[in-house]
Amino acid sequence: MTESEWSRRAFLQTAAAAGGGAAVAKLGGAESARAATGPSSAPVAPDKFRVGFAVNGQKRSIDIDPRVTLLDALRDHLGLPGTKKGCDMGACGACTVHVDGRRVVSCLTLAASCEGKSVTTIEGLATGDKLHPVQAAFLEHDGFQCGYCTPGQIMSAVALIHEGHADSDANIREWMSGNICRCGAYPNIVDAVKSAAGFKSAITVKGSG
Amino acid sequence: MYPFRYESARDLNQLGSGVAGTEFLGGGTDLMQLMKDNVRRPDRLIDISALPSLDTIEFNGVLKIGALARMSDVGEHAAVKEQYPVISQALLASASPQVRNMARIGGNLLQRTRCVYFRDQAGACNKRVPGSGCSAIGGENRMHAVLGGSDHCVATHASDLAVALVALDAVVVTHRPQGGRRIALENFHLLPGDTPQIENVLEPGELIVAIEVPASPLARRSLYRKVRDRASFEFALASAAVALTVADGKIRAARIALGGVGTKPWRARDAEAALAGQPAEQSAFEAAAALALAGAKPLEQNGFKIQLAQRNLVRALQSAVG
Repeated sequence: MTESEWSRRAFLQTAAAAGGGAAVAKLGGAESARAATGPSSAPVAPDKFRVGFAVNGQKRSIDIDPRVTLLDALRDHLGLPGTKKGCDMGACGACTVHVDGRRVVSCLTLAASCEGKSVTTIEGLATGDKLHPVQAAFLEHDGFQCGYCTPGQIMSAVALIHEGHADSDANIREWMSGNICRCGAYPNIVDAVKSAAGFKSAITVKGSG
Repeated sequence: MYPFRYESARDLNQLGSGVAGTEFLGGGTDLMQLMKDNVRRPDRLIDISALPSLDTIEFNGVLKIGALARMSDVGEHAAVKEQYPVISQALLASASPQVRNMARIGGNLLQRTRCVYFRDQAGACNKRVPGSGCSAIGGENRMHAVLGGSDHCVATHASDLAVALVALDAVVVTHRPQGGRRIALENFHLLPGDTPQIENVLEPGELIVAIEVPASPLARRSLYRKVRDRASFEFALASAAVALTVADGKIRAARIALGGVGTKPWRARDAEAALAGQPAEQSAFEAAAALALAGAKPLEQNGFKIQLAQRNLVRALQSAVG
């Protein structure tokens, strides 16, 4: 991600916080959740929960409601919007990250359950200005159109190669099946994975140690 | 999602007994979906995923899978692939690689149905709200069960793994404060009857700690065949777990279970008995498949599943014979 994009993000977040603060405060609590979905047995008031884990090699600590998913923690609490929210139900793979070296969907992972773990996101793949070989391969092979699913596709592809599943087109398709691309860039994604797998010795899943 | 208190359990013996409103969190792949949909509203969530020693996979004549072993680890385990191919195949045909890295074996057996009326509050569902009715029986029921349904519920059990395990006489090992139990998987899940909200024999607070599967020549010659609406990352329309021993062109023994068509993982004992002693050929497979679906009751949209399940079973048996 370039510096100008970061600036745009920061501006949008600041603007949203300033303009919508009152509404957020009103809509954010348990009362509104109950009002929106009907009556239920008395819910427990949400308490803040402190959770610490490593993100892209850096130790981070955040105070969150226990309901916050790893996806929302990354995007809304840790300033890492590269991980995308698609379906938010584990069906599309846009939110794929690595936790302790395994690819998972961060939308179905509670941040609270990540205490002490090591998380790698798309922002953690490159080394300085040098793209990770899978990122470079997606660029080279045009493995995307709109790009929204791409961070998840790349995180899955990095893991797939590490797992040893990049040995045929059919296996790449099967083992990328958790990542949906509504633009239909699949043929180029398969090419990118195949190409990157040729650099296998240079590819490691970060955060596995 | 409704608010809840979150706790991380470190000791199996300090879980205590079941308290209403308390749920266990393992991999979370099903529970989180249901909590986001407000179908399940625990006010206390006990994260058991860090409990020690429950994620092991051991094979010493018996396969013992810890309840917190991940689907991916079991599916790719060398002894499982060699001694119990049907288990590995059922797991690797389930969900997506990411979900398999999260979901645990115990939770897989306890996953809730994919019936849309169970997950969508707009419809009536006797599983979700007992006594509210069943919108599926007169509604969209293409995906629903043809075996084991009642006037109150026709939802399928969604697990592929459970189908493989029930074919191989797996045993569920549990933990309770007053002492654990061993429960044959075949007796673990319940037919819906008039209490579809009660899906298994677990007591409140009782936790699955392991699954045990005996080794056998049958298990070594086993396979899983799954038919679905898309090539991958989809639940079964019809699936079959089969295990055979064959000598001199005749079937000595067979184990058969069906998925995607039953309200619980469906062991087809009549079909197994019919195959024993028969020549390992098409006509015997077709007769067994007819028996396996003999009690099927189609709904308006899912009649196709009967023939699909039969043909899929015949193909599975053909492949198992080789």
